[in-house]
Amino acid sequence: MKTFPIGGIHPSDFKEYSKGAAIEQFPIPAVVNIPLAQHIGAPAVACVAKGDRVVVGQVIATAGGFVSSPIHSSVSGTVTAVGPMADAQGNMKPTVTIAVEGDEWDESVDRSQTIVKSSNLSPKDIVAKISQMGIVGMGGATFPTHVKLSIPDGKKAECLIINAVECEPYLTADYRVMMEQGERLLLGARILAKAIGVEKIYVGIENNKPDAIAYLEKLACAYLEVEIVPLKMRYPQGGEKQLIAAVTGRQVPSGGLPIDVGAVVQNVGTALAVYEAVMKNKPLVERVVTVTGPKLASPKNLLVRIGTPMSALIDYCGGMEGVGKVIAGGPMMGRAVSNIDAPVTKGTSGVLLMPTEESLREKEGECIRCAKCVDACPMGLEPYILNILTQKHDYDELERHWIADCIECGCCTFSCPSYLPLLDWVRIGKAEVMKRIRERNAKK
Amino acid sequence: MNSQKLVISPAPHIHGSNDTRRMMGDVLIALVPALIVAALVYGLQSIVVTAFSVASCVLVEWFVQKFMLKGPSTLGNLSAVVTGVLLGFNLPANIPLGLVAIAAVVAIGIGKMTYGGLGKNLFNPALVGRVFLLVAFPVAMTSFPEAAGAVSGATPLAMAKEAIKAGVPAVEVMQSVDLGAMSLGMKSGSLGEVSVVALLLGFVWLLVRRVISWHIPMCVLGSMALFSTIAWVCNPAEFMSPMFHLLSGGAVLGAVYMATDYVTSPMTKKGMVIYGVGIGVITMLIRLWGPYPEGMSFAILIMNSVVPLIDKYVRPKRFGAPKRVK
Repeated sequence: MKTFPIGGIHPSDFKEYSKGAAIEQFPIPAVVNIPLAQHIGAPAVACVAKGDRVVVGQVIATAGGFVSSPIHSSVSGTVTAVGPMADAQGNMKPTVTIAVEGDEWDESVDRSQTIVKSSNLSPKDIVAKISQMGIVGMGGATFPTHVKLSIPDGKKAECLIINAVECEPYLTADYRVMMEQGERLLLGARILAKAIGVEKIYVGIENNKPDAIAYLEKLACAYLEVEIVPLKMRYPQGGEKQLIAAVTGRQVPSGGLPIDVGAVVQNVGTALAVYEAVMKNKPLVERVVTVTGPKLASPKNLLVRIGTPMSALIDYCGGMEGVGKVIAGGPMMGRAVSNIDAPVTKGTSGVLLMPTEESLREKEGECIRCAKCVDACPMGLEPYILNILTQKHDYDELERHWIADCIECGCCTFSCPSYLPLLDWVRIGKAEVMKRIRERNAKK
Repeated sequence: MNSQKLVISPAPHIHGSNDTRRMMGDVLIALVPALIVAALVYGLQSIVVTAFSVASCVLVEWFVQKFMLKGPSTLGNLSAVVTGVLLGFNLPANIPLGLVAIAAVVAIGIGKMTYGGLGKNLFNPALVGRVFLLVAFPVAMTSFPEAAGAVSGATPLAMAKEAIKAGVPAVEVMQSVDLGAMSLGMKSGSLGEVSVVALLLGFVWLLVRRVISWHIPMCVLGSMALFSTIAWVCNPAEFMSPMFHLLSGGAVLGAVYMATDYVTSPMTKKGMVIYGVGIGVITMLIRLWGPYPEGMSFAILIMNSVVPLIDKYVRPKRFGAPKRVK
């Protein structure tokens, strides 16, 4: 069975808590807070003001540039504030607050359950539509999808890879989408393939989801261009470069992009959002969020309007008792939350509640040169050296040790028997080296 | 706003089962069978020596850490215990305990703590202690108790070396040794190297628990086998057979437990291969042509000194590295 070539770890997947819970519509809250920077790139620019009436699907902020994305209202009601508000980490970010009244949708949105299978849109129109509908990468990175679909001159896309790996432990949102919305997912993939002009679609799924593999393989009989690729379970297989290598055997060159090896990767949630945007005219106003944790009373997969406070989801699933840490996303790459009243955004794939006893790190010891970090690094780097060099501020040497290649997957910290915070240091070193590289390139 | 205090820390938020203490514990478990055989062959004295060695090493580390480095106690990671057991395993069972204490001071005090403690030392501490005794007290280090069933108090390697030097053809010497009995423990030597079977049992345990990988032990033993086979095929009158070399002396103890010491071995698999082959070749050079009957300790220490160089030039295979143009 296929997998990526170097490194990787085998964390327990902990998906049993929520994998059986069918996607459930979460009730619309009384107030939503919709941040204007929910994607990588320039924040969107608000085009509504306090007192304005809005409906679901209406644009409330326009894209702030090419690498940016518009924001749509996820509820109907009255705008009560446009201004800075604390995000999940407590940083003040421009946000539109809307008091909910009813659930009135923009007329152009097709809310029926009918599956629309074909459209006459040209590839260019598809990309434009995806851009208008505010679609961004929903695996967590939130890179605007239309940018990824705009193939640079001189490059050629050869295949589309749907990232159905969901290699983060605990998370099951993508899994539930595959099991419940498989047909729409494949239609979304077909639209994406048309947008970039490729004939071949791979869907990479890890073998810890045999039912999803079987179900999609059955559906794929009607989609001849789709090939389901079962992958051997191993983290970080959902990393873009790792997934491409696992599926096609090609390695994205150091410092390069997936398109350099002819691949475009899109996540399951993104493919579904693309189907809804292009076929049903529905902007990105809601997403599936896994709310889970080892001690949570009832873990669930919820369809949540963007801007709903995370605390509302937590209360709905069993509350904060015994919780020491809240994580937005998965346990390997997700970010710890300090403000649980912060809203669900386009990139919130999960809300993970860690019990107090699992929240604190172990005390760090000494590096015993066991080489576990070197074995685990999927990029073939030497985290133990990067750790030392960062602490010595030796940025030239860090660059020569390819720190810029680090994908921040956390395998090194996960496997260190002395509990060294390897990735913490590597992030610091990498940020400085990236800054230096940018400055050098700007001078050229 | 929720007033509950939440932990904030960067990802990853979960940790694997690797833990220094657990891995050191696994090494200790792996050494139990060999200790049992040593006790059966040499009597309780072997357990006394090992226990005394452990106690001395732990005491020295505690003392240096508390009064000289003035840092928090480092005994919890069990590495001093492992060094103690391995040091004991590298000594004859009838060694005076005073010498064991000296060896512990040299091993931990000089071999480990002078460099800054765990993770910083260049040489395998247990071997530093052993080699110090070997050079300073050669008689005590080379007179072994007679093992039950063994021919004499000399190790098979020393016996063979003497006999061949005296002009006895190696073929005849070979006939006098029973390789099967030897591998079970019917031979003289340092107390830990007595039973190859017991040591290999521990090796399997270490592999199963993923404490070490196969690279270093297999490369040490493989290169020794290859080297001795070539010598043996070229001149069977002068050289002992490869099986004899693999089953005698510290070959397995060194390859599996001493050469694989994390701190003093390379960080990459490729580096481990170079290091392992280096140890095997140097061991055989010393055994066949050197003044000492056994060369494993020296070979490991010599290769220890090369590890920083290996780590500097042998780097892991990088993802997406440009293919070399031919």
